[in-house]
Amino acid sequence: MIIMSVPRFWRKQIARYNLVGTQCKKCGEKFYPPRNMCPKCRRDGEIEEYKFSGKGEVVTYTVIHTAAEGFEGQTPYVLGIIKLEEGPSLTSQIICDAENVKIGMKVKPVFRKLGQDGERGMIYYGTKFVPESTDKC
Amino acid sequence: MSVGIVSYGAYVPKYRIKVEDIARVWGDDAEILKAGLMVNEKAVPDVDEDAATIAVEAARAAVNRSGIDAQRIGAVYTGSESHPYAVKPTSTIVAEATGATPVMTAADFEFACKAGTAAVQACMGLVNSGMIDLGMAIGADVAQGAPGDALEYTAAAGGVAYIIGNKESELVAVIEDTYSFTTDTPDFWRREGMPYPEHGGRFTGEPGYFKHVTNAAKGLLNKLDAKPEDYDYAVFHQPNGKFPSRAAKMLGFSKEQIAPGLVVTRLGNTYSGSCMMGIAATLDQAKPGDRIFATAFGSGAGGDAFSITVTDKIDEMRDNAPKVEELLADPIYVDYATYAKHKGKIKIA
Ligand SMILES: [Zn+2]
Repeated sequence: MIIMSVPRFWRKQIARYNLVGTQCKKCGEKFYPPRNMCPKCRRDGEIEEYKFSGKGEVVTYTVIHTAAEGFEGQTPYVLGIIKLEEGPSLTSQIICDAENVKIGMKVKPVFRKLGQDGERGMIYYGTKFVPESTDKC
Repeated sequence: MSVGIVSYGAYVPKYRIKVEDIARVWGDDAEILKAGLMVNEKAVPDVDEDAATIAVEAARAAVNRSGIDAQRIGAVYTGSESHPYAVKPTSTIVAEATGATPVMTAADFEFACKAGTAAVQACMGLVNSGMIDLGMAIGADVAQGAPGDALEYTAAAGGVAYIIGNKESELVAVIEDTYSFTTDTPDFWRREGMPYPEHGGRFTGEPGYFKHVTNAAKGLLNKLDAKPEDYDYAVFHQPNGKFPSRAAKMLGFSKEQIAPGLVVTRLGNTYSGSCMMGIAATLDQAKPGDRIFATAFGSGAGGDAFSITVTDKIDEMRDNAPKVEELLADPIYVDYATYAKHKGKIKIA
């Protein structure tokens, strides 16, 4: 969730846009962010691309009041760790009022602006999470 | 050869602001405004939503509704007057985020509020010429109205995507024909680098909206030798509730015909999404065999009319993505200060 260089962001773009990671065909372990080597199977592993459903639940969260550069105007926002239903966990903004976020809450992915490099630079897009239930949040 | 809609998807942000809350800030009479505009509230984007994110959500809903392989999409065209970049296409972001890349063409369209229907027409041509298998046409906007300007009461956020194809077994609706009427009319514009559009005040009505909507609509009815009574539903571009109601009356369409598609009262004007949202709301409740007449308008100026017939396929597809009614239900209301923050009207140095 920090602003990075244009090429560095671009290389991770597909993963960020569509939650594309990898899985080891041998043991079934899934990785996000994508890994090129299965730590369990090592050289015997067989890595292939895997698109996550994006469904998951909140493991833990914190409320950010003082934003990093590029995130001004978004505070306060909720930053959390999401455990995807296929296994891996990732850090992401959760779009929900702080008082309504709950640990264990089911979430689904949405496509949002992650930040921007000032007025002149790139706009960074990617995945954030919203509560799965359509209740007010 | 028939061409038509293989799928459609809509997206509306969950926030709304009421006309009362804008009127309070500017000392305007909310009741007079609501009666005059026939708009009660409008959709407001979240702080991290823009025309690109809205286009992506609508496009993903369209892909999910039909379950088509996004790799079949050979063209993505996004119509908007609020593309996030002046130079760098919104459509490549949408194409990447829907999984349509890389063997495809993409471009952004601009024609005020009818850029999305211009994209539909382009896709119809490409599909029917055999150049592409499927085309995706999107209208999405986070419309801007200058603080205190009359447009601020209606300028809203939302988007709609249509997947256009020509395999009869795949179509949820056939587009029998389209007809456009275009002239150089300076009713509304925004210069490069300017944050808010300018408009010709009363000039926007008669020589802009009504002339182009009625000429496009009459042109298509004549071309098809059809009458308003031949249609079950009608949709006209909805900058407010008054204009489409009056255009319908001028053309001989009834209040009942336009009712299902008249979403502007609760949504506001989603610009490039406006007429396309009305068509989506109508498709959400139309039955197989129903006919829909639609006319989009874009300032500058032009009208695009469409004659649409719903097929049996609609019933198996409809529930696979959120309906416009569901997107409009249970909004979160924000006050003017929150609205200003969401719209980036407050500049943080
Ligand atoms: Zn393994």
